[in-house]
Order: sequence, then structure tokens, then C-alpha cells
Amino acid sequence: MFGKLTLHDIPFDQPIIMATCAAILIGGAAVLGLITYLGRWRWLWTEWITSVDHKRVGLMYIMLALVMLLRGFADAIMMRTQLVLAGGGHLGYLPPEHYHQVFSAHGTIMIFFVAMPFVVGLMNFVVPLQIGARDVAFPVLNSISFWLTAAGALLPNIALGVGEFARTGWLAYPPLSELAFSPGVGVDYYLVALQISGIGTLLSGINLITTILKMRAPGMELGMMPVFTWTALGSNMLIVASFPILTVTFGLLMLDRYLGFHFFTNDAGGSPMMFINLIWCWGHPEVYILILPAFGVFSEVIATFSGKPLFGYRSMVVATLVITILAFVVWLHHFFTMGAGADVNAFFGVATMIIAIPTGVKVFNWLFTMYGGRIRFETPVLWTLGFMVTFVIGGMTGVLMAVPSNDFLLHNSLFLVAHFHNVIIGGVLFGCFAGMNYWFPKAFGFLLEPRLGKAAFWCWLIGFYLAFMPLYVLGFLGMTRRMNHYDNPAWTPYLLVACAGAFLIFGGIVLQILQLVVSIRTWRSRRDLTGDPWDGRTFEWSVASPPPVYNFALTPEVDGLDAYWRAKGAARSESPAYEDIELPKNAPAGFLLAFCAVATGFAVVWHIWWLALGGFAAAIAVLIASSWRAHAEYVVSADEVADIERRGRITAGSPVCIRA
Amino acid sequence: MTDTASRAPIQLRTPGTDVRGTVGPWSSYLTGFVLAAALTAASFWLATGHMLTPASLVAALVVLAIGQMLVHLIFFLHITTAPAQKTNILALLVTLLIIGLMVIGSLWIMSQLNVHMMPMDRLMQMQR
Amino acid sequence: MSVMQMASGEHAPARYHPATRFGVTGFGFYVYLLSDAILFSALFAIFAVLKGATAGGPGAQALFDVKNVGWETACLLTSSFVGGLAMLAAEARRRLPLILSLGAVFLLGLGFLSLEIHEFLGMIHAGAGPDRSAFLSAFFALVGAHGLHITVGLVWIILLLIHVQTMGFSASYRRRLFCFSLFWHVLDIVWIAIFTFVYLLGVQS
Repeated sequence: MFGKLTLHDIPFDQPIIMATCAAILIGGAAVLGLITYLGRWRWLWTEWITSVDHKRVGLMYIMLALVMLLRGFADAIMMRTQLVLAGGGHLGYLPPEHYHQVFSAHGTIMIFFVAMPFVVGLMNFVVPLQIGARDVAFPVLNSISFWLTAAGALLPNIALGVGEFARTGWLAYPPLSELAFSPGVGVDYYLVALQISGIGTLLSGINLITTILKMRAPGMELGMMPVFTWTALGSNMLIVASFPILTVTFGLLMLDRYLGFHFFTNDAGGSPMMFINLIWCWGHPEVYILILPAFGVFSEVIATFSGKPLFGYRSMVVATLVITILAFVVWLHHFFTMGAGADVNAFFGVATMIIAIPTGVKVFNWLFTMYGGRIRFETPVLWTLGFMVTFVIGGMTGVLMAVPSNDFLLHNSLFLVAHFHNVIIGGVLFGCFAGMNYWFPKAFGFLLEPRLGKAAFWCWLIGFYLAFMPLYVLGFLGMTRRMNHYDNPAWTPYLLVACAGAFLIFGGIVLQILQLVVSIRTWRSRRDLTGDPWDGRTFEWSVASPPPVYNFALTPEVDGLDAYWRAKGAARSESPAYEDIELPKNAPAGFLLAFCAVATGFAVVWHIWWLALGGFAAAIAVLIASSWRAHAEYVVSADEVADIERRGRITAGSPVCIRA
Repeated sequence: MTDTASRAPIQLRTPGTDVRGTVGPWSSYLTGFVLAAALTAASFWLATGHMLTPASLVAALVVLAIGQMLVHLIFFLHITTAPAQKTNILALLVTLLIIGLMVIGSLWIMSQLNVHMMPMDRLMQMQR
Repeated sequence: MSVMQMASGEHAPARYHPATRFGVTGFGFYVYLLSDAILFSALFAIFAVLKGATAGGPGAQALFDVKNVGWETACLLTSSFVGGLAMLAAEARRRLPLILSLGAVFLLGLGFLSLEIHEFLGMIHAGAGPDRSAFLSAFFALVGAHGLHITVGLVWIILLLIHVQTMGFSASYRRRLFCFSLFWHVLDIVWIAIFTFVYLLGVQS
């Protein structure tokens, strides 16, 4: 009836896990109770869960990322404290089988369910507003994408309390991840969760590419798109090109585990190395999927707060596209040590180093944009400056490891761990936080509290250096990654500093939560009535904050780069001729599909075949049923538009009003 | 986003555009079908007869396959080099580039590993 | 009249225009098909790497029946052509030719699928299932993935046949039919690669 699932699969004997689960369940129940108490279920259902508005979907992505950041960070704190305690003959408080799950879950969650949804959420929210579109190309599909990602994010958290998570590291290399060596359900949870969220990501990539290429405002040539839109295009091209490879690779590993195929097994001719080759064919582009939009955020922030056009727009675009293509010729540098010959290693090493060139072009462009500008040091700018210093260091350690002979020394050491945290925290996460502080007033109509935001930044920045610079040293001292305990006393002081850094970052996270709470409580005094609090350059700042559901009452006509900036101060029409606007209706398909996906995924993990078949059939039924929706649009009449626009224009001092 | 195409005459549909093709609709599909059938027949005929050396047979089959894919793209999918289809062509070329990098790169890497590494079964025996 | 036009003072000749609803849908589906091509090429890469890994089991020459592949190819190629005719019938808003041609596509697709299932079952009964060797795993995964796509296409045809009754030749219906025809043609292109690289070249060496 329940497949492999029995009561023994719930780890009642593990106090840490049980306490966490209890906290999650009580917290979850409290949230549900609060919604019921406030009577907001209908509101939640119509305004958020079934919403297909790209702004709402984007915000839900970001909320998911923030919640999962807490989960991933809890794993990080556990690892750092374990390593402080587990030196010189002590074993620490996490037994190996638990510790292995912790570091696997940390990597999986941070990449797939924090960085990805954060970046995709920003692109979803911002791109249509920047290109003057009313929504993305396929709004219902967008909602489905989000809900599949959320379904994928739920499964590793179920694994916390029911069964176990993978103990294989975040990429589940075979043969360790094959049935022979990982007979438990951990790897299955991992594979199922990532397959579900991977489909969501692929669909979202198709959606945004189509939006950017086919739905820009009239007159907006490619060469007039804001840089963030360009980087979003590059990032989504990489999503569409690389996620199918991930789906195939994980699909084949599932065939191995479930049906006894022999792709990556040790026997019957299987080739574990092919898995490593294919997974990095996806994995390296994935890194650029994350970093390119962050580059875009920094470009917008720097130009806006320097009060100048971005220096070297063309070279910025070219650099973005070069990085997009080069992303597909460097993947072997993740496994220089696997045994390829000198010619292969040399080719991929040189290709890797070449990537430093377009990245360097970008850094110089940002510096030259600031040069001679009147820079306002708001929170997003601090994140950007912190990024520029930190990311350059991370990039240089990357070039160090791109030399194959160096890599033989540094492979699998803490030097590598320090390097990729250096670029992912210092690049992607700082970019996400810069974007969050920058676009928050656009999304909600009030500004985030600046002092707490700046304090959070300093905690993160100093905490980051404390946490990861010692790891570079430890790498040189010979400490490898994924160690549960060690007996070299020389490592302990460095690990202590790293642990202190992690706690300082924790302080930064607490300050960020505080910033949100304080800002929401005092939102009336922080209202942005202009729609353009930062004196922005791109179209998202031309509409009210928060933007009306249709984004643009009148579709803007574009005649060049930074068209909105140049139009500021121009006379505005007093009697605009509004027209009826057609908008997509809400759709529950995404939520229902996510429900089916979680049920099917859980059933597949535990071999509960009746539930797996039922859930799959239900998902197909939802898809077929939604194919009957012939009239998926509703109309906002011209009068309603005029009414909404009049209410949106409470502002007297708005620098310009498309919404007249 | 209006649907201006609803009253347009019969035309060759291409992704991303609404332009009319250069050849008549019927003849496009018919030409494509005849060409594709001829190329398929040629492939099977060459592969089952034994008139070519192995190396030239491989070359011939690859050329025929590429030719037939082009026939499908041109006559069935109506992908052309018309200015309105610039995006389609670019997207196709980028995809082909990435496919080429991935497939050729993987084969190159894996063949090297094959040469340099001990076969898995012998490695396993040594570990016992 | 928008602010941008006011800023420039006159109507600049706008060269770029957002696509129609039809153009947006068609392009989005085209991008999906390109991603599908990458999915298949990853499977081709793995087949190429594992082609020799028969682990002492039967190889391509012993297993593949070129005549069977020829019939499969004939089914699929003809169905691709008939699928094009279905598109033309829908453009001309002629219901009966549309139903007949879609029905023919369905039957040809079904014929292809039954030939393939027959081949798979024969191999499994002969002890050459996907768990026999890495080569057979790769073969079943690659050809099976194509077969799964064909199955999805068959379900899609049934829906198209139902929807032409319920929604007629609406714009939405013609968008769906167009996407289906793209899907079906691309599956044929993938099949060209399969019959060339897996079967015809497989039985040579």
C-alpha cells in the first residue's frame, strides 16, 4: 500500500531533525491559522496562487528563494559549527550519515531553490516592465513554471522528516549515487525534486526568450534594450540550451536506479564518467545562468545611481553574448583530474581563462560609468561596490584554478569551495540583494528602510570575508571538502574564524528580516508616490508603484536607448486616449499541477505505484482540461483604465507621466 | 497582440512571423515529400547494397541525412533566409552550434578518457 | 499618443514591431522544439559513447532489422506530409479534409508506434533488453524517447480532432494545429538522425 514507506523511515531518534520538523510544522500551522483567522484564503487564492500576472509570479519566486535561503543557511551554520567541534580526535555533533545529507542539501537548495528562483523571479518581474510589455508571452505557463519550482523545493524539505536526503554531494556523482552504493531514498528525492523544478525552469526560459524577442514595445530594436534585459536574454538562452541536458542526465540515472539500465554503473559497460561529462555540460552554463542577470542588475544600479548612461553599452552587450557562448566550451575544467590528455585539458583551460576577458570588460565598464558621476550611496550601490571587489577576487582565484596543473593541486580542496562561494555569494547573491533593494519600491510602492539595509550589507560583506578567506588558506594547507572530522590541529583556528564569519552573515540575515519588518510596519511614511524614487532610466520607472495589472496604459513608443530618461521633463498629454486592454484570466492549472507533481514525486521516491500513476494521470487531466479554455482573456475597459490611472496619479511632482 | 492573420489567405506558416512564403503551399509540401522520399530511399539502398567502402558509406549516409533534414526544414517547416525570419535562423544556428560543441566535445573527452583510463571491470578487480 | 513620441517631437519610423499572437505562440513553440533538439542530441551523444559497450551481449548487427526500420520511416515521412495537408485544410477552413488528414496522421503514427513496440518486445524476449548492456540501455533510451514523443503527438491529435468540433477554426485552434505540425515535422527530423546513425550505420560495423 505504501511501497517502501514505513513508520521507521521517520527519524524519531534524531533530536535535531525532530526539533526542526516540529518547528516547521508548528510554524506552518501558525501561518495557515493566521490566514484563516484573517479570512484571507480567498484573497490568497485569487490574488496570488492562481495569479498569472508576471509581477506576482516574479514576487512569489523571490519569496520562495528567501524562505529557502533560511533552510540552506541553517545547513551552512551546522557544517561550520560541526567543523569547529570535530577537530583533534573529537567527532562533533553530526554523525557522518547526517553530515553528508547536510552538505548535499545545502548545495542543492542554495543553487536550485535559492539562487535560481531569486534570479528567475527578478527577470520575471522586471523584464516585461523594461521592454514595455503587458505580460510575458505565455502567462499561464509562467504560473506553471513557478509552481513546479515550488513543488521541487518542497520535496527536499519533506525528505528532512520522511526518510533521508542524498548523501552524495550536490551533483550526485555515480557510481556512488547508483543503487548499489546508495540504496536509500535520498538520491531518489534529489533526482525527483530536481527533475520537477528543472521542467519549470526550462518552461520559464522559453517564456522569457519569446517575451524578449517578440513582445518589445514598438520601435525598441535589440540595440535599445536595457542591459538587464540583455543579460536576461543571455541567461534564458543558456537555460533553454542546458536544462534539457540536465533532464536527460538525471533521467538516465533514474533509469539506472529504477529499471536496471546500465548508463553509469560500474558493470555491463556503463560509464560513470559520462555522467560527470554531461552534468557539467549543464553545470557550467548554469553558473552563467545565475551570474548574467546579476551583472544586469549591477549595470542598471550603477547607471541609475551615478546619474549617467552606462559606459560602453555596446561592449557590455557583446561581452554578455560572448560569455553566453563561451559557457559551453569550458565544462571540462570541473574535472581536469579525471584523466583526459594534456591537449584536452589545455584546450579547456585556455577557454576558461578567455572568459576573464569579457568579464573584465564589464568590470571596467562599471568603473568608467562611476567615473565622473555623482554617485548616491544607497543600499543597492553598496551591494554593487561590494560585488565589484569581491567578484574580482573570486574571478582571479578561478583563473588560478583554470590552469590544469594548479587544479591537480587544488581540486576537491577547500580552495575550490572558497572560490565558488566567492563568486556565487559575492556575485549572484549580492546581485539579488542589490536588485531586491532597487526594485522593491517598484513592486510594493514603498522604499525599504535604508539604515538596516546598509547594516545588513556590512554584516554580509565582512562576514563573507571572515567565512571564506580562511578556506582559501585551508585549501593550501591540504584540507579537502566534505570532511566530517579531522585530526590536524593547525586547521582549527582557521575553521573558528570561518565559523565566526558564518555567524556574522547570520547577523546580516537577521538584519534583513528586521529591515523587511520595519519597512512594512512604517510603510506609510516610506511611500513612493512618484513611481520613480531613484530617478531611473528604464521603462519600469515610468509607471506607478506598484504598477497597475496591465503595466502600461498606453504602449510606449521607443526611439532609442534610455528613451524614458531622455523623455523626462517633456510635456505630458492631458487627455490620453485610453483603449480597452485584454488581459489573461487567472488560472489554477499551475497550483494543481504542483500538487500532482508533489504527490507523484513522493510516490515515485517511495515506490507507491498506485499514487504515482494516479498523480500522473491527474496531471495529464489538468493539462487536457486546461486545453478547453478557449476564452482565457478578460477586458479592462478604457474607462476603467482611465480610472485606475487617475488614482495612480496622486502625485503632483512626478517627473513624467506616461499615465498622464 | 491582435490576430490579424484570421482573415488572411492561405499561406505557409512559419514560427514567429506571419509572412507569406515564396512558393505555393501545395507545391512546397509535395516537393518536400518527393525529395525526402528520394533521399530516404537512397540512404536505405546504399546501406543495404554493398557497393561502397565503409568510409565512403558513412560519408554518404551523413550527407544524405543532412540533406533530408534541410529538406524538412525548408519545405515542411518553411524556415527560409527571408529577413522576417532572421530570428528563426539565428536561433537555429545557435542551437546547432551548442549541439555541435556538446556532442563533439563529449566524444573528444570520452575517447581520451577511454585511452587513458583502465577499463572499469579491471579497475574493480584490482580493488578487490 | 505616448510620451516617447512627444519627446522626439515626431513619429520616428518604428522598424521593430511586437509579433502578433500567432507569431508569439509559434516562436515560443519553436524555441521549445530547439530545446528538444538539444535533449535528443544529448541522448545521441550518450549513444555514440556507449555504442561499443555491449558487455558481451548482442550488438547492433544481430538485433536491428533494416526492413522494419524502412517501414517505420515510410509511416513517419508520409504522416509528416499528410500533417502539412492538414495545416492547409485548416487554413482553408475545410473541416472534412482536416479531419481526414488528421485521422491519417494518427493512423500512420500509430502504425509507426506499433512497429516500434513490436521491435522492442522482440528484443526484450530475445534477452536483449535495456538491462543487458550499456549499449542496449542507450538504444532503448534514445529510440524510446522518440517513441514517447510520438505517443504525446497521438494524444495531441485526438485533442485536435475533438477541439475542431468544439471551437471550430478559431484563431486559438489554428495556433494549436500549427504548433502540432511543427512538433510532428521535428519528430520526423529526429527520426532521420535515428535511422541514419543508430540503424543504418549501426548495422555496418
